[in-house]
Amino acid sequence: MADHLPNSLPSIEELRARWGAFAFTSENEKQAKVVIGRYPPGRQHSAIIPLFDLAQRQIGAETNTQGWLPVPVIEYVAAYLGMPYMRAYEVATFYTMFNLAPVGRYHVQVCGTTPCMLRGSDDVLQACYKKGLKKGETTPDGLFTLSEVECLGACANAPMVQINDDNYEDLTLKSMTAILNALAKGETPPPGPQVKRQTSAPLDGPLTLPEMVNENHDYRGTWA
Amino acid sequence: MPNVKVDGVDIEVPAGATILQACELAGKEIPRFCYHERLSIAGNCRMCLVEVKPGPPKPQASCALPVGEGQEIITMSPMVKKAREGVMEFLLINHPLDCPICDQGGECDLQDQAIAYGRGHSRFAENKRAVTEKYMGPVVKTIMTRCIQCTRCIRFAEEVAGVEEIGAIGRGENMEITSYLEGAITSELSGNVVDLCPVGALVSKPYSFEARPWELRKVPAIDVMDGVGTNIRLDARMREVMRALPRINEDVNEEWAHDKTRHAVDGLLRNRLDRPWVRRDGKLEQASWDEAFKAISEVAKSAGSSVAAVAGDLLDVETMYAAKKFVQSLGSTLLEGRQTGLSYDTSNLAAVNFNSTIAGIETADVILLVGTNPRWEATLVNTRIRKAVKAGAKVFGIGPEIDLTYPVEWLGDDLSLLSKLPKAAASLLKDALRPAIIIGAGALKIEGAQAASLALVDQFNLVRPDSGGGAWNGYNVLHTAAARMGGLMLGYAQPGGMAALATAAPKLLFLLGADEADLGPFANSFKVYVGHHGDRGASEADVILPGAAYSEKHGLYVNIEGRVQLSERAVDPPGDAREDWSIFRALSQLTGQPLPFDNFAQLRAALYSEFPAFARPGLVTYEWAPPALPTAKIEKNRAIFYPIRDFYLTNPIARSSPTLQRCSAEILHGQEFLEAAE
Repeated sequence: MADHLPNSLPSIEELRARWGAFAFTSENEKQAKVVIGRYPPGRQHSAIIPLFDLAQRQIGAETNTQGWLPVPVIEYVAAYLGMPYMRAYEVATFYTMFNLAPVGRYHVQVCGTTPCMLRGSDDVLQACYKKGLKKGETTPDGLFTLSEVECLGACANAPMVQINDDNYEDLTLKSMTAILNALAKGETPPPGPQVKRQTSAPLDGPLTLPEMVNENHDYRGTWA
Repeated sequence: MPNVKVDGVDIEVPAGATILQACELAGKEIPRFCYHERLSIAGNCRMCLVEVKPGPPKPQASCALPVGEGQEIITMSPMVKKAREGVMEFLLINHPLDCPICDQGGECDLQDQAIAYGRGHSRFAENKRAVTEKYMGPVVKTIMTRCIQCTRCIRFAEEVAGVEEIGAIGRGENMEITSYLEGAITSELSGNVVDLCPVGALVSKPYSFEARPWELRKVPAIDVMDGVGTNIRLDARMREVMRALPRINEDVNEEWAHDKTRHAVDGLLRNRLDRPWVRRDGKLEQASWDEAFKAISEVAKSAGSSVAAVAGDLLDVETMYAAKKFVQSLGSTLLEGRQTGLSYDTSNLAAVNFNSTIAGIETADVILLVGTNPRWEATLVNTRIRKAVKAGAKVFGIGPEIDLTYPVEWLGDDLSLLSKLPKAAASLLKDALRPAIIIGAGALKIEGAQAASLALVDQFNLVRPDSGGGAWNGYNVLHTAAARMGGLMLGYAQPGGMAALATAAPKLLFLLGADEADLGPFANSFKVYVGHHGDRGASEADVILPGAAYSEKHGLYVNIEGRVQLSERAVDPPGDAREDWSIFRALSQLTGQPLPFDNFAQLRAALYSEFPAFARPGLVTYEWAPPALPTAKIEKNRAIFYPIRDFYLTNPIARSSPTLQRCSAEILHGQEFLEAAE
């Protein structure tokens, strides 16, 4: 993505000075071995995505953010798997889940695709703007990074956002503001639908086979 | 072999062919951008749509669909035309309309195909995308907004060049082609992506805004930058060669050419010798032809038969033949072409030939490289070895470890290994069906190497009938000079090499474009340099006679596998320079024994009658009769030095080319250049 590719990053020399010594922690090293072991010998390149995820999370833990993938780290993972840097770089730039620039502690990914837009993603964005978040930027306190993303596959609960690893669904201006406030205070609001609703079940109670809710029911007589 | 019907015509096609190939066999032209015969199939441009029955009622990408028995293929239905027009409209959405300032204009696939399938107007009212230029090194200029993302350049870099430095970053509409972190591509073959690019996104940097394709005279020629004999086309305008492009020759260069071939032409107008020079009181001064000839004939009179000639690396056969005849007319046989001091035995030319042939090395299954860096000494042989490796061949190497773009098992930098190969390598060579060894100048330089390598012929049965009823000869010598095989056929080889020449201490020494020779031992010789560039040889000469470069004369060249190829003249030599053979003809008049040819046709006739092998273009058959050489013990841990130190600057033309100087500085020596602001 154009706004996904960093253009105000430190120079490559600075990045190398800061991240050139990156190496997996012993825990991650163990996990990396497990991941690589899932693929047949000679096909270890397939482990690139989980390994990037490990690396990004490790950097996240080190910097108390959601982590990102500086070029030296991409190269470290590529070398770890014995693949050309370019091939690894292509993967890292292809997936929006890999951050090519530092993000804050909470990465707020607002879905703006059609179903969410029709159900009010503009309000959700409005809530973010009011808290001082700007698209593609991190707030000065380093807490929030806002990105607008394409469909995250939770259209039944539109509008929704993904914050770090959790989805917050069925949002309104009010509930989104509440979530951001809670996060800013250091609390973790419960993920999932923000209205009274069980996961993606119908909002007003069951709509199909309603007689089956409490007891078994024989529908056969109603079949024409 | 499946039978299919293409536009109503029945045709039998090879099993495994794609629909696109079937259509081509039927003589149909299928438009395409991403498909390329020599690269893997990508199927992402969608321009090659055709209708296939039976099958889903929609157009199919013919490049990626294998042929099935009994299929009916329609290439010209209204549905197909409409589908291709739709694809073209999408391709043109983000393609700028800058053909008038685009270097690809006039030879652009997109331009040509837009004539057939373009709508002539755009329905796209939204914002267009623009992509910033990417830096790809000194020979490739990028205008990335023009890119249609066919990914040919990516596939070429990965599959043929073996340098995975080009890739596509981002996704969807934001996908961009770039080199890794916008670094220079470190491949000798990077110029080929310019030819591969179907649009004007990757164009030649030195050639940018220089000429239009329709104003160029296109002359078939042979490249002299290495021994491969790449078939090239010289594009000339007025008196200048604007660019060199490869011609297709499946036996030699397929359709590739390396960057030295392409960009040495920038050196053809620089540093040229365009008038004779004579050394007076230790200083070279401009002179007329008469003065220069007079100076030589005076020395020739006193020298008698104490004359020698050293042939350079870039010479055509005719020049060497005329010089040989001239030296012979003075009563001497002192001829040498191996300027750097090699002295291998040349009594049997098959034993110094690339016997597997360039195309044949692809079929080898175990290859042993001895003191050779094929990536630099013969880049297009290296791509063939790479193909063999991809087909499962195993490569061993003796010499310093280098990156050859494919896995090599290095046995060590120790030539004595030749006589006692490690068990693993020896057993693989023994069991191989088509074993090959390639011995380079780095090894041949060492005494005993030739004998030791010839001993391997018997040990591993390198010369054998192959399963197909033909013959396999796996003994290959890799020469680095375009003139070498032709020179050896003409007898430009003294037993003992340059050292023997120095011992003979010729009073008169002709340097035929010889710039790599160590002239120290010839301090007392009167040196006449006949050549085209003011380089090392000319600086030490007593008389300089300006000759013609390879682009300025008709000529015969024999490549490393003994293939005679004809090259044509693209432009005239500059200034007072003359074609080299005519210089010797004129000189012979002064020394009293005129050479028996007055024009080029007579020269060729004389050459053909004396050496009939040159008369027929194509492979020369050398009879395999390896000499019995005395075995000299190679000392233990004898290190090898590859003959080429700097790929881009191996000869006077290349050294004069600013493009190649920059390639050398940037790619090999890591010097950084700032891009000028536009």
